[in-house]
Amino acid sequence: MNKPVSPDEFITDEDGPLYAARKKVYPQSVSGRFRSIKWRLMAVCLGVYYLLPFVRWHRGLGAPNQAVLIDFPNRRFYLLFIELWPQEVYYFTGLLVLAALILFLMNALGGRIWCGYLCPQTVWTDLFYAVERLVEGDRRAQMKADAGPMTVKRAGRRVLKHAIWLMIAWWTGGAWVLYFADAPTLVRDLATFQAPAIAYIWIASLTASTYFLAGYMREQVCVYMCPWPRIQAALTDEWALNVTYKYDRGDPRCSVKKAVDIRALGEKAGDCIDCNQCVAVCPTGIDIRDGAQLDCIQCGLCIDACDAVMTKVGRKAGLIGYDNDINIQHRLAGKKEIFKPVRARTVVYASLITVVCAVMLYALMSRTLLDVNVLHDRNPVAVRLSDGGIRNGYTLRLLNKRGFDRVIAIDVDGPPDAKLHVIGADSVTPDRPMIVLARDTTTELRVLVTAPIDEKAEKSVPIIFRITDIGLGEVASATDHFVLP
Amino acid sequence: MSEHNDIDGVSGRSTTGHEWDGIKELNTPLPRWWVLTFYATIIWAIGYWVVYPAWPLVSGYTTGLFQYSTRASVATDLADLEKLRGEKMAVLGNASLADIEKDPALLALARARGKTVFADNCAPCHGSGGAGAKGYPNLNDDDWLWGGSLDQIMQTIQFGARSGHAKTHEGQMLAFGRDGVLKQDEIVTVANYVRSLSGLSTAPKFDAAAGKKVFAENCASCHGDNGKGNPELGAPNLTDQIWLYGYDEETLVETITNGRAGVMPAWVGRLDPVTVKALAVYVHSLGGGK
Repeated sequence: MNKPVSPDEFITDEDGPLYAARKKVYPQSVSGRFRSIKWRLMAVCLGVYYLLPFVRWHRGLGAPNQAVLIDFPNRRFYLLFIELWPQEVYYFTGLLVLAALILFLMNALGGRIWCGYLCPQTVWTDLFYAVERLVEGDRRAQMKADAGPMTVKRAGRRVLKHAIWLMIAWWTGGAWVLYFADAPTLVRDLATFQAPAIAYIWIASLTASTYFLAGYMREQVCVYMCPWPRIQAALTDEWALNVTYKYDRGDPRCSVKKAVDIRALGEKAGDCIDCNQCVAVCPTGIDIRDGAQLDCIQCGLCIDACDAVMTKVGRKAGLIGYDNDINIQHRLAGKKEIFKPVRARTVVYASLITVVCAVMLYALMSRTLLDVNVLHDRNPVAVRLSDGGIRNGYTLRLLNKRGFDRVIAIDVDGPPDAKLHVIGADSVTPDRPMIVLARDTTTELRVLVTAPIDEKAEKSVPIIFRITDIGLGEVASATDHFVLP
Repeated sequence: MSEHNDIDGVSGRSTTGHEWDGIKELNTPLPRWWVLTFYATIIWAIGYWVVYPAWPLVSGYTTGLFQYSTRASVATDLADLEKLRGEKMAVLGNASLADIEKDPALLALARARGKTVFADNCAPCHGSGGAGAKGYPNLNDDDWLWGGSLDQIMQTIQFGARSGHAKTHEGQMLAFGRDGVLKQDEIVTVANYVRSLSGLSTAPKFDAAAGKKVFAENCASCHGDNGKGNPELGAPNLTDQIWLYGYDEETLVETITNGRAGVMPAWVGRLDPVTVKALAVYVHSLGGGK
């Protein structure tokens, strides 16, 4: 450990150069347990993404009937039964906190399963690989074709592949914009070139980014562009189940035949037959047998490849598998394997997730659907009337988040004998001003409060504006001050 | 670039042939995609010269393929805006003043329009919130020289006060001192009398009866026997607590000596009828009028 390190040793050949040209990865197709999990998850993720905009949700007359809709022009966000206004954007902060905590928990339990199974880059790249293999053949066929000359047949296949890629990419961008407008209408408008330019621009840019990221950048996104591997790698620990090559069982590597001879001599021969199948199927082109590494997205495809080989040569599957660092030491020492999903870290994450969920749910359930804000006139702050009384002007902003019109009465608590005058409302109900609050809107009201004040009165007294839904009895209030000149 | 076949011994890569103190520069060209992007931007820039106005000439400039002009596009935008507003403003124009105040949507529209117009045209004298200043009435209170109903406010905005317009409000506070109508001691006495009308303190040896007599002979014709004022003449109410120019004895003496005749310009002809209407509604909503 204390041996001085010379610069030549510092950058060894094993580490590789600091800059390396990209070597194209040709992942081989594989089947098995994790591959089928990945297919299913891909179907679910893409299915949700592509189809969700078409799910309808009845909200009543005049309200959009799309289950998930980000309505920028009207500044509303609809998610099933939830309708959020711009000032409630903090719910998204809650969702982000929740997303981070869930990611932490996933890491503590199963390592970078986000990267391997759920990350959009992984899902789309996987889909693009599938298309590529379907059109151009598997690993060997592609490598052979790339090494050989360009033929008409090969060129045709390549064009077909790019055409399918572009179609998928285009539909990915197309699905994106459907979240921002009524989907069926927008589809029709897009087809007839009636849609707004911004829709086409977004489709074009997302088509381009999907095509390039999933078709060309592929594993380079994970290795060079994405910050998650750095963060996720830091979040994992010795208890997390990571895709691991069990070198205690696999090494030393040798062929099946040789292993028989070595074992006959009573020496140790590993189970790994060095067939390199785990490397061939890896979408990031790494060798899992080098141990945990940043480039590994932990998709588990090497497990499928290795299990198939082990079964074929009549050895027990699971040479590569989800395992934790502690077990290797335990097995080497002849101790029992241990898995411990419940431990301080996971309990803390799980409880934090529960707390955040509960807080968000409470906030969502108890949020007001009737609200009032008040703004005091600044110029002038107070007006002296001809009879010596004082008048203050206010702007009330009333919010009706319900989907129907409602009748609202306005009351004021302030200086003694304060009189309320609502511009545009008093002629109907002079004693208790009432107005009709249109559904799902904010309404601004100009309100004048007059009070007979003598010179000894306080310069400023609190004043409370209370609005009451006559029908439902819902009440909201806002506080400000009544001031003297 | 000249050809070098100099290979760096350590990295095994070719060098540019440049060497400083034994240190050689490796030949690491820019990536092709980067260079191509760079050339593309140059071609793009040339395209811009052709399509858009670009080069200044001795008398003018190259106008580009489509005669594009930011000024013209602003003019188009403004015309579109006017057209957009036109429909809404037409509704405003067709509604009566009272109806506008009853309809929340129209009221909001009129107030929004009135507010911007007020800021552009009225705020210099009346203040941004209509609070007024000495000599410029506060539009938030309930004291209106020429009447504070919607119609009266609209009338005042249209034709002004002492503006020279044929239909303007006329009425003048005479210069009783300067014109020699009243003597100095009479002015002081009547000033104190006017203060007493609104319950303000008076000078110690002030003769109320004399003040009342001077007031009845000289002031009552406009301000009324009780000093309650007269909106027909723009004569202020002298019994309330609102004073356009101030209520201390010195100011009142100054007012009576030299008279007052503030001018409000006529806005008819400068602002279109719908805008004046919106402005009247806005001003009325400031203080609710009277």
